[in-house]
Amino acid sequence: MDNKLKQQLHTKSKTAKYEQRGKLASIMMLVLIMVVVLGIIGFILIKGTSMFFNDKIKISDFLFSTFWNPGGKTPTGNPAVGALPMIVGSFSVTLLAALVATPFAVGTAIYMTELSSKRGAGVLQVVTELLVGIPSVVYGFIGLTVVVPAVRHLFGGSGFGILAGTIVLFVMILPTIVSMTVDALKSVPNHYRQASLALGATQWQTIWKVVLRSASPGILTAVVFGMARAFGEALAVQMVIGNAALMPHNLVSPSATLTSVLTAGMGNTVMGSLQNNALWSLALLLLLMSLFFNLLIHLIGRKGAFKK
Amino acid sequence: MSRKKIVTIIILILGFGGLFAAYQTRDQTSGKNEAITAVGSTALQPLVEAAAEQYTNHHPNATINVQGGGSGTGLSQIADGAVQMGNSDIFAQEKSDINSTKLVDHLIAVEGIAPVVNKDTGVNNLSQQQLIAIFTGKITNWQQVGGKNIKITLINRTMGSGTRNTFEKYGLKGKTSATAQEQDSSGTVRQIVSTTPGAISYLALGYVNDSVKPLKLDHVAPTKTNIQNNSWPIWAYEHVYTDGPATGLTKQFITYLNSKEIQTHLFAKMGYIDVDSMKYQRNWQGQLSKE
Amino acid sequence: MIDNQRKNKIALMMIHFITLVVVLILALLLIDIFSRGLPYVNWHFLTGASKPFQAGGGIGMQLFNSFYLLILTMIISFPIALGAAIYLNQYAKQNWVTSVLRTSIEILSSLPSVVVGLFGFLLFVIQFGYGFSIISGALTLTVFNLPLLTRSIEDSLAGVDKAQLQGGLGLGLSKFETIIHIVVPAALPNIISGVILSAGRIFGEAAALIYTAGQSAPQLDFTDWNPFNAASPLNPMRPAETLAVHIWKINSEGIMPDVTQQSAGAAAVLLLAILLFNFLARFIGRRLFMKMTSAKAK
Repeated sequence: MDNKLKQQLHTKSKTAKYEQRGKLASIMMLVLIMVVVLGIIGFILIKGTSMFFNDKIKISDFLFSTFWNPGGKTPTGNPAVGALPMIVGSFSVTLLAALVATPFAVGTAIYMTELSSKRGAGVLQVVTELLVGIPSVVYGFIGLTVVVPAVRHLFGGSGFGILAGTIVLFVMILPTIVSMTVDALKSVPNHYRQASLALGATQWQTIWKVVLRSASPGILTAVVFGMARAFGEALAVQMVIGNAALMPHNLVSPSATLTSVLTAGMGNTVMGSLQNNALWSLALLLLLMSLFFNLLIHLIGRKGAFKK
Repeated sequence: MSRKKIVTIIILILGFGGLFAAYQTRDQTSGKNEAITAVGSTALQPLVEAAAEQYTNHHPNATINVQGGGSGTGLSQIADGAVQMGNSDIFAQEKSDINSTKLVDHLIAVEGIAPVVNKDTGVNNLSQQQLIAIFTGKITNWQQVGGKNIKITLINRTMGSGTRNTFEKYGLKGKTSATAQEQDSSGTVRQIVSTTPGAISYLALGYVNDSVKPLKLDHVAPTKTNIQNNSWPIWAYEHVYTDGPATGLTKQFITYLNSKEIQTHLFAKMGYIDVDSMKYQRNWQGQLSKE
Repeated sequence: MIDNQRKNKIALMMIHFITLVVVLILALLLIDIFSRGLPYVNWHFLTGASKPFQAGGGIGMQLFNSFYLLILTMIISFPIALGAAIYLNQYAKQNWVTSVLRTSIEILSSLPSVVVGLFGFLLFVIQFGYGFSIISGALTLTVFNLPLLTRSIEDSLAGVDKAQLQGGLGLGLSKFETIIHIVVPAALPNIISGVILSAGRIFGEAAALIYTAGQSAPQLDFTDWNPFNAASPLNPMRPAETLAVHIWKINSEGIMPDVTQQSAGAAAVLLLAILLFNFLARFIGRRLFMKMTSAKAK
């Protein structure tokens, strides 16, 4: 009897074993994701730096020159691997698209969670989820036949440029931001709203000061993911932005983004050549820039959260 | 044992049993099948795909898998031996980073390339000097070459693309085009030229349709006959590369690609010219020799 | 007080106005795609095989491939994302390690899909020797899909009231049991919407698949469901062009005379397919939710 009790005390209960196994399984999944993430980041790091190590290109030539023609030379005789036009292009298109899309997306999400009937919100949700699945090519095609001519008539130029890219990206990232913002707003507990209304706040005050405030980390994540999509988007942007590696001098002059140049050139270059390595360096740059954006947004988010 | 556990076990047994049974009853003849993969040039892809479809209709045991990816990908992968056929719009020697010594070149077809413009430019013909001046950015309005008062919009193919390579080599006499819009596919180029006033670009003849206007060059039209006797100089070979001499199914299929049936019927329908009908030949440095 | 009331009215009106604009944009977009495409959709188009250069091809194989690839990708990626999200949300300490984890997952989602595609090409197609196949495509899409899916599941879990977890623990359940049987079911509706969102991206993805699942759709034998046969629709080792890749391909290099109609029709069908999947996922989700949360719906 004594022995049995001892044994029972020394072996883990079924529940404890279950707990252990479950925790182990979930940590394994996370490790798996981390392996994938680190694998890709390492892969891009190796590929993206080989231009600087193998081909002896100076980083300053890459970051600050405006001549992009890998394998060729600039008029002054330096290697023409200047990514500056694309950096400017990517920055402006992404920032503008996020700036335009965020108020629209948050407004729509507020309507869906706070104001509308359940049915209206349901229809809107289905429609936005539908839009996520439209292939980029179709967006690009519509951009080419609708947005570019419209921009050409209204603002002059050839119509291709940052403005057209911004408009197309705005529509493309809208569903992502709306859908994730809705989730964030929904996870604000209902008693927050009730408490606020009970204190005599108007509905708008409740939304502005209570709901949006407490959902702000989630909303920021939504914006980050929207911007990430804008950053990584290639096929649609490439068709409407003009995809010319030139410094943009206004919103309707043809320019290019890192992604569009990268995607368009990848298939035509030979792996391991300077032309190909230069494209991988663009990918690395893209990764670093999105890291920067990400940290920036979280920093802003933390500042906002303190005031709560 | 709980009922849930028993159910799980039964489902697992049935699942694995099913898989095992499926493996046992699989089509044994499929073991004799030979499969080859072709990767590369997107322009060549529909051609090879159509031929592969016809070939496998006659030879049900053969699987020919045709993928795109671009000429650069085709050449890198065939040089690495990762695939059986590498499709390319350009000679392997033109890409200096490819070790082309062990690659065997099979010329499959000839494609002609024509400058195309938006229909509203009012121009039908250009001299080669004018064409060069337009693409290097010295002429910027169609008025300067006898057309309407519309600004010229240049549209290029991506750097490294076979079509651009050929166009700059023979259409622009080796001059590099000014930095301008770059698109990576014929379909997009055609779409943009047809909707943008004053746009000019170039397309392989198979892609020219009535939404865009092909230009004459020094009053020579881009026709089949003119390409065959080289009075239209902007043309290039379509290549299939193999790693060493072709063997087995690859060899049979390449022979099939060069057969009369494919060359004169299928390829002609798609706007390509058969290699044998050319009066001139060209090597990778661009030197001509008479047949 | 009056001022606040007026402010309230104006702000709410603004929200209504913004929503109206968004709805208009979305509606016009949908109408545009459907009105261009639907006239060309018929039974032959939906079931026929595509043709390399002649007119009159169909999208039957591509449609099947899209669904098969989606399901395969979800089977692989959902458990991984769920496990990781559970750990991140419930077990991990909120310190710099987890925030580095989160950040790296987030920045992964901004990579252009062609980069993920080439990664998949070099790893799965060449290194592992899977060739251009559904399995290469599904694994690549998993890589591409994991960040967004993990993040949205984690957010859904975070939205569940902490009292639910404490209730479960108070009943003497282990933490993992509580999570699986109480927290996850409570978060299910939001998890489903995350799944649908990422499914949409998988449906619409082209660049990542060009180098992995390939751009050819061999004729399938729909009477042969043995996954080990070459012509079987279930064979995971065959190349499979999806609908989105097909649209991309015929738009970029298609030389068939009816290329505009083909691509417009395919785009409309793609939207309908997403709609169908959407309703299906919601229906199954609701069923699961009922089964997992209330005792009487057994």
